[in-house]
Amino acid sequence: MDLRTLTSLSGVSGNENEVRSAIIKQLESMGIDYECDVMGNVIAKQGNQGPKVMIDAHMDEVGLVITHIEKNGFLRFARVGGIDPRVLVSKRVLVGKDKIPGVIGAKAIHLQERDERSRVIPIDQLFIDIGAESREQAQGKVKPGDYVVFDTEYEELAPGIIKAKALDDRVGCALLLEILKQDWQDVQVYAVFSVQEEIGLRGARVAAFAVEPDMGIALEGTVCADIPGTDKEFQATRLGKGAALSIMDRGSIPNRAMLDQLIKIAESEGIAYQFREATSGGNDAGAIQQAKAGCPVVSVSVPCRYIHTPCSIMSMSDFEAARKLVIKFLESVEGGFRP
Amino acid sequence: MDLKEFLKKASLAHGVSGFEYMHIAQVVKDAMAGLVDEVKTDALGNVIGIKNGHGPDPRPRIMLAGHMDEIGLMVTKIEEGGFLRFAPVGGVDQRVLPGHEVIVYGKRPLTGVIGVKPPHLTSPEETKKAHKMEDLFIDTGLPEAEVRNLVRVGDVVTFKRQVSELMGDRLSGKALDDRAGVAVILACLEELKKYKVDADVYAVATSQEEVSLGGALVSSYGLQPDIGIAIDVCHGETPGVPEWRTSSVGKGPALAQGANIHPKVFEALEKAAKEVGVSVQKEIAPAATGTDAWAIQVTRAGVATGLVSIPLRYMHTSVETLSMGDIEGAGRLLARFIASVDAGFVKELKTWI
Repeated sequence: MDLRTLTSLSGVSGNENEVRSAIIKQLESMGIDYECDVMGNVIAKQGNQGPKVMIDAHMDEVGLVITHIEKNGFLRFARVGGIDPRVLVSKRVLVGKDKIPGVIGAKAIHLQERDERSRVIPIDQLFIDIGAESREQAQGKVKPGDYVVFDTEYEELAPGIIKAKALDDRVGCALLLEILKQDWQDVQVYAVFSVQEEIGLRGARVAAFAVEPDMGIALEGTVCADIPGTDKEFQATRLGKGAALSIMDRGSIPNRAMLDQLIKIAESEGIAYQFREATSGGNDAGAIQQAKAGCPVVSVSVPCRYIHTPCSIMSMSDFEAARKLVIKFLESVEGGFRP
Repeated sequence: MDLKEFLKKASLAHGVSGFEYMHIAQVVKDAMAGLVDEVKTDALGNVIGIKNGHGPDPRPRIMLAGHMDEIGLMVTKIEEGGFLRFAPVGGVDQRVLPGHEVIVYGKRPLTGVIGVKPPHLTSPEETKKAHKMEDLFIDTGLPEAEVRNLVRVGDVVTFKRQVSELMGDRLSGKALDDRAGVAVILACLEELKKYKVDADVYAVATSQEEVSLGGALVSSYGLQPDIGIAIDVCHGETPGVPEWRTSSVGKGPALAQGANIHPKVFEALEKAAKEVGVSVQKEIAPAATGTDAWAIQVTRAGVATGLVSIPLRYMHTSVETLSMGDIEGAGRLLARFIASVDAGFVKELKTWI
């Protein structure tokens, strides 16, 4: 399934239905066995012998949820996952299952005091306007609890350069589907399309408990700040410079043997890679590592500029590098690699 | 004429102040074509539709002004890596920019993103301050060499924003300030077909309102109207803004009152609204209205001005929101007003006692 389709789906943490359905459909068309668990994770399996490798990509994305409908028809909302309120102003959103169009407006610049312009508009002063004139009218279209996604069009800005919402982590989902296209024999690949990563790695935690893997790999769309105003030391990753390998984050420290194996493969196969030169943030590897008696983990990521905003940017060359690297790694597991 | 379709098309068209000729001017010309006797363009890019009246000479001359320019950005520097620095054209609120998509009008239109660091890499201290415009940049995703080949300093940039059809008759998008005013003029011209009109009507889609009111200034000089009516937008009610500073969206156009407005023009507009059953609101403007009316009023030996405004929320964001009904109502009341103007009314404008 391509990134255009995957990123067009709505899947705010806790409401991954659209993404899950699309992935299940895809797995069925590929003839791959899968199960869903009680939280909504999709766990697909390939291969009947060898070590159990859990490869995780989360289906959920950051977004908003409607909390209240005002008397005059405006919708109040809360954030789901880490969204900087500064990116919300003057954006288009889609509300609820029926994707009711709405806009997040703000007080006109003409009505602002001069010092207001340098202040952040707090989340409790933002609202969504769907054009309803009253609470009753709005209630006909939306209700508290409805999830809200950014309305962003998928676009190829330049050959291989993709702009879309939710690349974190539909890019991981796309990678995982690619990995499942291989016919794995001597490794048991547990492909987990997980839920609720953005609100605390909760889906991966229970999936890892059920799978009880020997190794874990998180596939991510990760931070990339190779942009003006950010010193080289703090850019984390660079667009187009290859698959990003985590060195440590707030959730986990990668297993050294697995990391070394990835580097060895990348160098011998000529696959572009870079280190994720940051320790902030965290991903499902943190939850997988600590499930049951624990297991070694690594994270392989595609750098995505501007994640957790309405539009992020990635390079297909990094995607390709990550795809090759993980496939070669799994082949090495089939060939006997053990951490 | 399908007003909503026109406004959707006009909203998507680009025409940053001073660069109206790039797209929006043509959209307006095409829309005016069947509604007036002649369409011309002046040196500042104003699009002027002329509809000849049928009254005895000298016929009253009425100018309608709705500005077709929009606020936007201009490329000021190409940085290492191909990132573009920019300056605002008109009153751009820096707080709408982070995470916004734009179109850079280089040798070909390029989609760009005004990117910001993700929360993961942002310190709690940083999140407390709004991003400053001078720290922001446009990322087109293209390699630097290609950016340098396609983009020049001075190229203009618009917000990339699809039009949203919200509930009821609400429309949301960019540049509705003041393509809505242009739509009102078209609605008025259409409606005028029903009337026998004495006056010559000059329907002007003005340029450069957002930066200088320059389009209205020079076009009113050239056209020498007796009466000039600006059609612009006013602030629609918005949470967090006191009710007394705004008008209601969907409750009819607002008629301005104040020093910028000739009292007899105001009265005649109010009367016309009543006659055609369009409910109106009042917008009190103590001094400058910040609209084309401000420039038109002091053109040559002076022009009797009026101002009809469409209530609009979130002005100068890319999600400006208005009601189509207000536009349609404004068109009807303006047509009625124009039909009511005769030589006697024009003479009265100079009679103060």
